[in-house]
Amino acid sequence: MDKFRMIFQFFQSNQESFMNGICGIMALASTQMYSAFDFNCPCLPQYNLAYGLGILLVPPFILFLLGFVLNNNISMLAEEWRRPRGRRGKDPAVLRYMFCSMAQRAMIAPVVWLSVTLLDGKCITCAFCTSVPVETLGNASHPRLSQGEVQRLLAQIPCKEIYNGQQLIANEVAVRYLRCISQALGWCFVLLMTTLAFLVRSLRPCFSQAAFLKSRYWSHYIDIERKLFDETCAEHARSFAKVCIQQFFEGMSTDLVAAHCHLPRKAPADTGEAAEKLLGITDQGTMNMALKSWHRCKPPLHLHPPAQPTGNGWAGEGQPPTHPSAPRKETAAYYSWV
Amino acid sequence: MDRFRMIFQYFQSNSESVMNGICGLLALASVKMYTSLDFSCPCLPQYNMAYGLGIMFVPPIILFLCGLILNRQSLVMLEEWRRPPGHRKKDQAVIRYMCSSIMQRAMVAPVVWIIVTLLDGKCLICAFSGSMDPQKFVGFANVSTEQVQLLLAKVPCKDDELMRNNTSRKAVSRYLRCWSQALGWSILLILIIAAFLARWLRPCFSQATLLQARHWSNYIDIEQKIFEDTCCEHSRLFAHKCILHFFESMQQEIKLHSFSLPREGEGAEGGEGLVQGITDHDQVNKLLKTWYYEKPPLDVSQAHQR
Repeated sequence: MDKFRMIFQFFQSNQESFMNGICGIMALASTQMYSAFDFNCPCLPQYNLAYGLGILLVPPFILFLLGFVLNNNISMLAEEWRRPRGRRGKDPAVLRYMFCSMAQRAMIAPVVWLSVTLLDGKCITCAFCTSVPVETLGNASHPRLSQGEVQRLLAQIPCKEIYNGQQLIANEVAVRYLRCISQALGWCFVLLMTTLAFLVRSLRPCFSQAAFLKSRYWSHYIDIERKLFDETCAEHARSFAKVCIQQFFEGMSTDLVAAHCHLPRKAPADTGEAAEKLLGITDQGTMNMALKSWHRCKPPLHLHPPAQPTGNGWAGEGQPPTHPSAPRKETAAYYSWV
Repeated sequence: MDRFRMIFQYFQSNSESVMNGICGLLALASVKMYTSLDFSCPCLPQYNMAYGLGIMFVPPIILFLCGLILNRQSLVMLEEWRRPPGHRKKDQAVIRYMCSSIMQRAMVAPVVWIIVTLLDGKCLICAFSGSMDPQKFVGFANVSTEQVQLLLAKVPCKDDELMRNNTSRKAVSRYLRCWSQALGWSILLILIIAAFLARWLRPCFSQATLLQARHWSNYIDIEQKIFEDTCCEHSRLFAHKCILHFFESMQQEIKLHSFSLPREGEGAEGGEGLVQGITDHDQVNKLLKTWYYEKPPLDVSQAHQR
């Protein structure tokens, strides 16, 4: 019991750190994904913006959803939200607390992706290279070109090898400009997120600390209760199975005796315990019959009261009236295999 | 009792060392961030100063806030600060002690960033190349004012076509880097001397107050951890009783409905006791359905009285 308690406490205190660990792993995975990803700007006027913004915004959305999927508590939250009221009231504060803590953890990997992308600069360079201010940055002496031509040339900025607009605007100048803007955006974004996190964390103890303690306690309680219920059901299933199987073997050996199919050999007196464990099945033929019967015709999910003095294991008092005929059907089916 | 003492000591020693560890990790992370950051000065007159000073000062603010967020003790301190007095008076010295230790730890990573930035020099070169006096450098002395501004702004970019082989560019760059490194080393020296003095001179003043403040701040930290653990333990026991109560009430309901004779306990050890009333496929299904549709009330007082 002591060991149980220690393991439970470990699990309980560790669930938060377990979820924090998953959170950190996902953040690392997102940086790894970004560095392994082969970024290929299309360098075409119509596609650049879509590609750049797509790479910037779609993976964070996927990572956010993945953060929810990998969180075990999402099913607990859904269950608590949808269950009928019954005899226990529902506390919306608890639901809000559970949802907020899950959402906060799920937001870390997307924020990491966005920061790394903005600080690296390739996405913004690809997406906004056609909007570079050519008048201020470009060479003063460039030939007059049509708007479409200018757009086409500017779109090639991210692809240095095919860029042939040097006389319009130098490639390095444009890339430096765009990367500077991208990094400024990135740092401002990280600063904003960190400030938000700091405010959320530090303002909470100043207001509603008591309500917070309450919500945290009851959300842990719901989690523990669910786990304990599953364990209790597993224990019950184990006992149920044990008794069911025991009754199956008893029923089999009783029926064998009753049908005179096989005279039970008397076990020697000094092996009393072993004989008991054998449950009346003492030779190959009977064992084979027991195994075949177990496979072909499993006993009903219905335990009887302990052995009646009549020796007929099937009929007994205490059966709920809902299954009067099933045992007899099983008996008949069993006999047909003899 | 022995185990309790061991756990106590673990908690006691580990809070400080965990905080120190996080502090060190953040400092390492700041160095790593700086080296992996692709510093690209825009080399444009209006943007250089903003970019250079931004890279030098915005990440330290972020690292400082991260240091406060990741430190568990800051939450403890805030709670202690904002709680109503109740039956326990508040000691301002303890709160001040906790605040100062949190701030000291949070300041390490930003200071590391600023010093690494200054010793490397790129930020200062980018920010202040446009503010140089062109007369001091031969290559920029006889150029018109707007042109000189443009040229000076391009000094941090070595590969720019205008600046590729310009010796005056190297002169400006070296000059600024020298200033930057001097500033960096001076700041480092001042900080280390200040830390040294603070640590050596502290025992000379108010040592007793310090010992008290440290003891009670540790106490508050441990008390909160133990309270959380006790709540977990309590909710586990509560859930256990609630579920057993639920199973018993289901058994009773089934007994009432099926009018069966009360059975003698087959052996009420552990699992066998559970199986007594619930021995049927349908009964188990009913139990599970009831668990979902009608969770039992959060009240185990009846279970106690039985």
